Amino acid sequence: MEILLEVRDLFTSYGIYEGRLKVLDGVNLAVPLGEKIGLVGETGCGKTTTMKSILRILPPGGRVDSGQILFKGRDLLKASGGEIQGIYGSGISMIFQDPTAALDPVFTVGDQLVAVIRYGSRVPMSLREARERAVAALKEVQMPDPKRILSNYPVQLSGGMRQRVCIAMALATEPELLIADEPTTSLDVTIQAQILRLLYFLVGRRNTSVIFITHSLGVVREMADKVNVMYAGTIVECGSTEEIFSHPLHPYTIDLLAAMPRLSGGGLEERVPGRIPDYLNLPVGCRFQPRCVKAQLRCSLEKPKLTEVRPGHYVACFLED
Amino acid sequence: MSLLHKNNESYLPKRRRRFNFKNWRRNWYKFSRNPLPVLGLVLVILIILLAILAPWVAPYPQHAGKFINLKERFQPPSAAHWCGTDAMGRDILSRILFGYRISLLLGIVVLSISVPIGLTFGLLGGYYKDTFVETVCMRITDIFLAVPPLILAMAVASVLKPSLQNSMLAISLMWWPWYSRLIYGVVSGVRNEFFVQSAEVIGASRLHILLRELLPQTISPLFTKITLDMGFAILVGASLSFVGLGAQPPTPDLGTMVSEGSKFLPEQWWMSVFPALAIVLVVLAFNFVGDGLRDLFSLEQV
Amino acid sequence: MRFLKFIGTRLLQGIMVLVGLSLVIFIIARVVPGDPARLALGSIASEEQVAEFRTKMGLDKPIYTQYWLWLQHAVQGDLGMSLVTRRPVVQDIIQFFPATLELCLMSLVFEGVLGILLGVIAGRFANSWVDNAIRVLSYIGVVTPPFVFGILFMLFFGYLLHWLPSIGQLSPGIIGPPRITGLIVFDSMINGNFTAARDAFLHLLLPALSLAMGGLAQDARITRSSIVDNTGKDYISALKSCGVPSGLIMFKYLLKPSLIPTVSVMGLSFAYTFSNAFLLEAIYGWPGMSRYGMNAILNKDLNAMVGVVMVLGVIFVLVNLLVDIIITYLDPRIRLRTQ
Repeated sequence: MEILLEVRDLFTSYGIYEGRLKVLDGVNLAVPLGEKIGLVGETGCGKTTTMKSILRILPPGGRVDSGQILFKGRDLLKASGGEIQGIYGSGISMIFQDPTAALDPVFTVGDQLVAVIRYGSRVPMSLREARERAVAALKEVQMPDPKRILSNYPVQLSGGMRQRVCIAMALATEPELLIADEPTTSLDVTIQAQILRLLYFLVGRRNTSVIFITHSLGVVREMADKVNVMYAGTIVECGSTEEIFSHPLHPYTIDLLAAMPRLSGGGLEERVPGRIPDYLNLPVGCRFQPRCVKAQLRCSLEKPKLTEVRPGHYVACFLED
Repeated sequence: MSLLHKNNESYLPKRRRRFNFKNWRRNWYKFSRNPLPVLGLVLVILIILLAILAPWVAPYPQHAGKFINLKERFQPPSAAHWCGTDAMGRDILSRILFGYRISLLLGIVVLSISVPIGLTFGLLGGYYKDTFVETVCMRITDIFLAVPPLILAMAVASVLKPSLQNSMLAISLMWWPWYSRLIYGVVSGVRNEFFVQSAEVIGASRLHILLRELLPQTISPLFTKITLDMGFAILVGASLSFVGLGAQPPTPDLGTMVSEGSKFLPEQWWMSVFPALAIVLVVLAFNFVGDGLRDLFSLEQV
Repeated sequence: MRFLKFIGTRLLQGIMVLVGLSLVIFIIARVVPGDPARLALGSIASEEQVAEFRTKMGLDKPIYTQYWLWLQHAVQGDLGMSLVTRRPVVQDIIQFFPATLELCLMSLVFEGVLGILLGVIAGRFANSWVDNAIRVLSYIGVVTPPFVFGILFMLFFGYLLHWLPSIGQLSPGIIGPPRITGLIVFDSMINGNFTAARDAFLHLLLPALSLAMGGLAQDARITRSSIVDNTGKDYISALKSCGVPSGLIMFKYLLKPSLIPTVSVMGLSFAYTFSNAFLLEAIYGWPGMSRYGMNAILNKDLNAMVGVVMVLGVIFVLVNLLVDIIITYLDPRIRLRTQ
């Protein structure tokens, strides 16, 4: 199976006055062609940072310290500005978490959508053609009256509609890889299901590869073929969705699953005890160790690596030895 | 766990994140990240010290008053007179040091008058939003703001006999509306947050709410503005005395000195240039410090 | 329709402000220790002449009557007589205003163009040496009083380098254009008198630049911080990651929202520009209204003083209105929220 995107041993940090926040601690991720990968983890574990590292849109102070990001075999970290510019849009594109912040408030939705289509697609096109495509894109995301929407400003649209526009923007350039960063977190619960279904349908139709970021296991189960569980800057477990849900191996994954509210009445009282670590004062050894009920001495001395424990199922934990 | 907590967030009303004055080391770090505020602070302290100690530090303290020595007039900068002498033979450096006294005094007085007035208007206007009180307060503020600033100061200062006191009064009259606007902006923004409403519900007195709840929210922008304004008030004061509306001769005033010196340009350039530089220096210093305070009070993490 | 209502409300508020302004100024002007009639006529005039003058000028009536009379005249366009020039104040203002307007307009152009340009450059190359250099220049611009710039530029460019003329609007020996708007550069160009136009323009450069420095520095600072703020916003990353070229992002999608605070501030500082103009008119011998106003104040020419202040007040209100309109155009959020 061809791998579209592969992240190898990615280390990223942010500089603040107290020192450096070593957020990403050797992230390993692979996105095979045509597959939907889920990336699960609680807030602050580094999911968005990983994506920003891939797309080279880290905020000032952020820096990739080491690692490789291979897109179709080419290392993005070594690529020139022009090459990266070529990848935006037709290679990789992204849907952001907050649709209100992701649209320029002083320009019409149409202005931005048309610009993206015109310049981000694989082929250059005229203004008129881009506009027609924009209308078609809006129709695809099930917006009523697309022509009128084009001349609206973001402030005139509801949250759900704004997110549909963002989805249209991201998909209209026919990217090979779509990164969806918690696309429904800031929406109403009733809208969330709609948007997810829409997204699922659209990427299926195009056979786009997707990295789907979320902190909800329920969503991941619906949307993804494979699941990567992330904790404190590193992938602790990954495998197919079925496998992870039926045979969770890493203590963190087990706790996450137990904390999921269930129709049958379980899960509400369970919480994963503890908090994410302070990225300034990281423990030596496994980053999950302070919260792990099954921790051994070895866990506070060494960092476990992702190893294949069952077919297609990788865990980073010493318990599996 | 508990009904009042969810996802580690409390549902209890919390005050907006307030600046932590007590954490000296971190505050100093934030302030000194840029060398300029530190430089500014050093300069400000230096100037204040020089001004206070002027009678003892100035080489020719008697030149700051009535003094004529026509033999020594129009001397270019030399070892005896670092900044040269003026048309009356007075040492310009000494007069500059005494001039700083006037300038700093002006800044202090102007701010002491305009800040309380502006605070009052702003607090009342912001708290009693959407009532008659607000309309009155803010319309008055708008009127005084609409007056072309220097013109008002000039009009007042001239209508009353030109003097230092009157120019200070005039500048205060034109200065206070800016504080009113600033405080109004902060207070009206915060006014509807939970902690204010809880205080009201509990039955706290209006005075308590105004002074103990709302006022502390304004401290950060207020302090920054006050520091910056020290410099700008001095600048406006110098502009006024440039046209003759400030301290009258023979009292040394930086603006007046520039004005008198400008008549003798370009030959006796030192008569204007040094007082002008002195003005620029003090305003610059306060500006640096004010910017440092702004960085200090900003709540950003990185 | 809503837009007209918006303008209408603002105009009404502006008028209220002007009335309040006139009250404040009038009261200040009339609370004079000293006798304006005596001042106007000088010490040679006899008591009867002074008394007669006083009655003629209406200075013996109580304040509220004086104000009411003044207001009645003012709305008809009569601002009374100048005690100094013995001409109607309106006539004086019409003569002197265009020179100040020309100066302030040119200053605005300098301030806006240079200020925004520098701010954009500083924001684009944030925290580099370019940014720091521009920041230093901004500081200097903000802390230096306008009259210091005036003197410095005159010394440097006028006397030292002899590049630009210093005094007045036109060099001696050049014939000015017939007066259409009073803006000499404009009038000259309309008339085809390009020597005069060029000469007048050169004379305009130094005072306008001196006047612009403060605002320029401020605009650069605000534009810079606005650009830095907006660069980190998600929509910039979103547009970038969807393939929009960075040039387009920089000069369209980043620039427009960043200009909003700058325009706001520029409008506010225009009033300061007019006020500071008097400092420069004094240095450069510019025959403008601010200098006229200053003389009025120093000579306690009350009618003239009030007249000048009112004109400045009107300008202030109009400029604020204009700025509000421009901002509403720039930021649709404001426009649409009022719906």
